[in-house]
Formats: sequence, structure tokens, C-alpha cells
Amino acid sequence: MQSIARTEVEDFLFAEAELLDEWRLPEWLELFTDDAIYYVPATDLAVDASPDNNLFYVADDRFRLSERVKRLMKRTAHAEFPHSRTRHLVSNVRIRKQIGNDLEISSAFITYRTKDGVTDTYFGSNRYRLVPGNGTFRIKEKRCLLDSEGLRAQGRVSIIL
Amino acid sequence: MMAFQRMNTALMIDESRKIFKVSRQAFVDPDILEAERTQIFDKCWLYLGHSSELAKPGDFVTRQVGGRNILFARDGKGNLKAMLNTCPHRGAQVCREKHGSAKSFQCFYHGWVFGLDGTLRSQPGETSYAEDFKERSTSNMQQVPRFESYRDFNFICFDKDVESLSDYLGPVREYLDVICDQAEAGMTIVGGTQEYSMRANWKLLTENSIDGYHALTTHATYLDYLKSATGALAQVAFEGSARDLGKGHAVLEYKAPWGRPVAQWIPSWGEEGKRELSRLYDGLLKRFGKERADRIATFNRNLFIFPNLVINDIMAVTVRTYYPAAPDFMNISAWALAPKEETDWARKYRLFNFLEFLGPGGFATPDDVEALEQCQRGFRNSAEAQWNDISKGMGKENPSYDDELQMRAFWSNWNEHVFRVPA
Repeated sequence: MQSIARTEVEDFLFAEAELLDEWRLPEWLELFTDDAIYYVPATDLAVDASPDNNLFYVADDRFRLSERVKRLMKRTAHAEFPHSRTRHLVSNVRIRKQIGNDLEISSAFITYRTKDGVTDTYFGSNRYRLVPGNGTFRIKEKRCLLDSEGLRAQGRVSIIL
Repeated sequence: MMAFQRMNTALMIDESRKIFKVSRQAFVDPDILEAERTQIFDKCWLYLGHSSELAKPGDFVTRQVGGRNILFARDGKGNLKAMLNTCPHRGAQVCREKHGSAKSFQCFYHGWVFGLDGTLRSQPGETSYAEDFKERSTSNMQQVPRFESYRDFNFICFDKDVESLSDYLGPVREYLDVICDQAEAGMTIVGGTQEYSMRANWKLLTENSIDGYHALTTHATYLDYLKSATGALAQVAFEGSARDLGKGHAVLEYKAPWGRPVAQWIPSWGEEGKRELSRLYDGLLKRFGKERADRIATFNRNLFIFPNLVINDIMAVTVRTYYPAAPDFMNISAWALAPKEETDWARKYRLFNFLEFLGPGGFATPDDVEALEQCQRGFRNSAEAQWNDISKGMGKENPSYDDELQMRAFWSNWNEHVFRVPA
């Protein structure tokens, strides 16, 4: 396999952030493989904890992730109606290692969410498992590790991080 | 609005006309919050934690309960201790970690060392203290005034003259039994705490946690999801009743179409799940007979223990407690409770179920947060639009799970505490 430059990964992650900020969630969902997972663990757990025996905030398989997207696009997803405005900032991107054909990526994030005159900040690191192919990537795993102590300040994680 | 000091009730009740109204002042007035602190949180039994969180000697958690910082630990003899997390010397918090395992606790300020039960072991410069200093109970970390347990649920109270926990719970105990009896080897808190908040008055979450009326509208997208997840629904209709358990406690007991890991099967759990759930159900049948086995397996329970503990035995079991930080802000902590001996399959599906509905990242709770915050915003109009209506189902002989009897039970007791008059 030819080597992949960090900038290629960055471009992909920046494009992902843009889809989220523009609420193009059905397109965002297409970035994921059919066996993909999206996790937001509770913040008092080990970084590699499993949702099979630990309580998370979010532990979606591909089906539930697609349902999350469907839900968020409805007027009856009250927590996000009208849609909040968000800005996903991605930084400190590193290619950690290659596992078979897949890449393990880490990045830092700060995401702002504003609605009804209140602005919340989410911050932490993302761990991705990316599958390269056709000059781009698909996401097999996205694990958002919040640095905050729980969600005491933000109250909820109704957007996608 | 009338000044709190001149009010003698926040309720407007007329049984004959089926009127039950709550003043919205109860959600916004700082003086009412102050009265709640001294007359409810300083007087009632409050949930501290579950015994399973401290599995072995030396295990500890630190937690805020009723505005105090509590150190909850298992001492060397295996006994549970609930201590005020403050150094008897000059007041610093002794333990600064959220959870862990220790051989002793040391205050870093001057280096005093305490045993796992809070007894002073040593302090630098001991020779400068009175000879019997270490024998004095005032040299130890202080225990909370009252600490009692029921079926591994540990409670504390800051009023040393309070009635026993057992008397306080009364008929609640029987419901805790039904929930705990699903396990043969006892229940356990699963790793991971959901800590979140709402910009809303804490009593809104009490109402919401035992509100069977809002499901179809607030949780429309959750129900859509269940319908589109092939086989996620059992052929069971929403049906059940509400009960006032006295002293502000209340319960809803009802059937619902979602899967229950103990033990209501849904098609999406497949043959493996079917075998597992029949095995669990047969076990219940053997231990309790058909009537109780059916009640444990197929009925959901939303159990409210006054003033701020919710134990919901629904598509998973959640334990949730919450405290006001301000009239319009509360902090919430929630855990998942499960049978200790359950299989990997059952644990996995239980947690999958939990996150579908519950918690600040679920498909339902964020919409509850939104609803409660919108109520709090609506209360900005409370000088003119003064009353909440809690009358649904008044006068019925058998109030339904989606009536509001359980909220009237809460509010009547709340009013009695805050205004010290029987409602």
C-alpha cells in the first residue's frame, strides 16, 4: 500500500466537520462503512472501554447511527429543532498506526453548539479507524473521548460530535 | 408574585371541581429553593450510592449529596462508611479523587492521615498535641448523622432525629424488592456514570420521570425508531396504573411494547435472546411462582422516592438522582443497574437498550431536557401566567399510568415540607 500523507487525512476530517456543521447528515452518514461504530463513552471510563459492559453516552452501530441521522433531520427531534448552529474544529491530527489496510487516526476537537442564546463547548479527542480506498477514506470507527467531567456544563449531547 | 414569606401554600386544590394547580413561583423563587434546602434536603433520606460500587475493602467514591461533599468508602472490615469529606483539622477536602481504592486517606494540607473509617491515624508533629488527642472522636473525620441501607441502596440523612429508612420508604420497599428480585445474586451498578445537567428547576425532572402522558409527543422520534427497527416491538400495548406510596413517593406500573432484558422478548433479539429470556423467566417462575414472575418480567416500573431519586425499571434499569444548583439549574447523575450474574449477552443488550432511550446522548432524554428547559423559559411569564395544571385523572377510582396522580402525590408532600402545613 502506498503511504498516506497526514494532509490527506486532515482534508477528509475537515470535510467531515463541514458536513456536520452544514447539517448535511445523510451525506455525512455515507462516510461510514456498513459495519461502522460511533461511540461517546462516559468520562469516568478507561479510553478503550467497551459499551458491552460499560455505560456510555452514545454507542451506535451502523443501523442506530442511521436512525440517529434520521431522527435529527425531523422536526420532532425537539432537542435539535430548530437546528442548533455548530462549529466543529479539528486539530492535532496524527496517523497513529496502520492495522492491515486500515489507519488509526487521532485528533483533537473543539465543538461549539449555540441555540436559544446559550453556547456550549464540547472538547476532547477523536479516535478514528479509517479505511482508505478510491482516493478517499471511509470511517469504520469514531470514538469521541470528552475531556470534560461528564456533561455537567453542556447537559446533553444531542448533536453529533 | 407574593413574597414567599407571606405564602402559606403553592397549591390550589378543589377536589370537587377536579382542580389541582401548582404555582409557577415554586420553580423560580430563590427563597423557595432556600426553604427546600433546609426543609427537604436537610430533613429527608437522600440516596448516596449502591453497595456494589464499593466491591472490596478500600474502595471509595466521593459524591455531592444534599449540598455536602461525602466520602463513601468500604473500610478494612468490609463495612460501608459515609463521611463528611472535610478534614477535622482545618476543613480541607480530604479525598480529592472521584473514585478509587485506598489504604488510607491523607489530607494534603498538613498531612493528617485517616483510616478507611475516618479514624485519625497520624499527624505530623504529634508531640505538640494533647496526649489523648487521637482518642478524641473530634479528631476523626465526621460520619454523616444517619446512614442506612435497603437492599444495597445506601441512603444518608442530615437530620439525626429522622425516622428509620425502612419506615421512610414504607411501601416503596416492596417495589424495590420486585426490582431487585430479578437477580438471584444481587444487583450491581455497571461501570460508567452519566453526569449531566439541565437549565431547569429540579422538580421538573421529578414530574418528568414519572410522567406517562408525554411519551407519544415528546418521544415521537423514539417511537418512530422502535417501529423502523425491525422486530423491536413486542405485541404489547401501553397499559397500567399509578399509585401514591405516601410521603411523596409514587410509582407507575405498566406494560409497554419495548424489550425487557428481564424478561420480555422482542423479535430483533433472535433465537439466542429467546433462549436466554426463557431461561431467565423459568428461573423467576421457580423462585416466585407465576404471578410474581410475570410482574417482575413483563411490567415496567417508574419508581419515585421523595425527594429526588428515580429508579426506572423499563427497557433497562436506571438509577437517577438530581440536585438544584439554582432555581433554574440542576445537576443529574445516572447509573445503569443490572443483575450481577447476568450473561454477556444480556448485559450487552441491556446497555444497548439503555442508550436507545436513556441518557443525554439517547434518542429520548435530550428531548426531555429540551421540554424541561422550555418549561423553565415559559416560567419567565409566571408573574402573569401563574399556574401549572396537574389535574389529569382526578377523581378516578383507578388512575391510569398516564394520569397525574403520582405528581399530585409529590406536590402535596413537597408543599407540606416547604410550608409545614398538611396539604
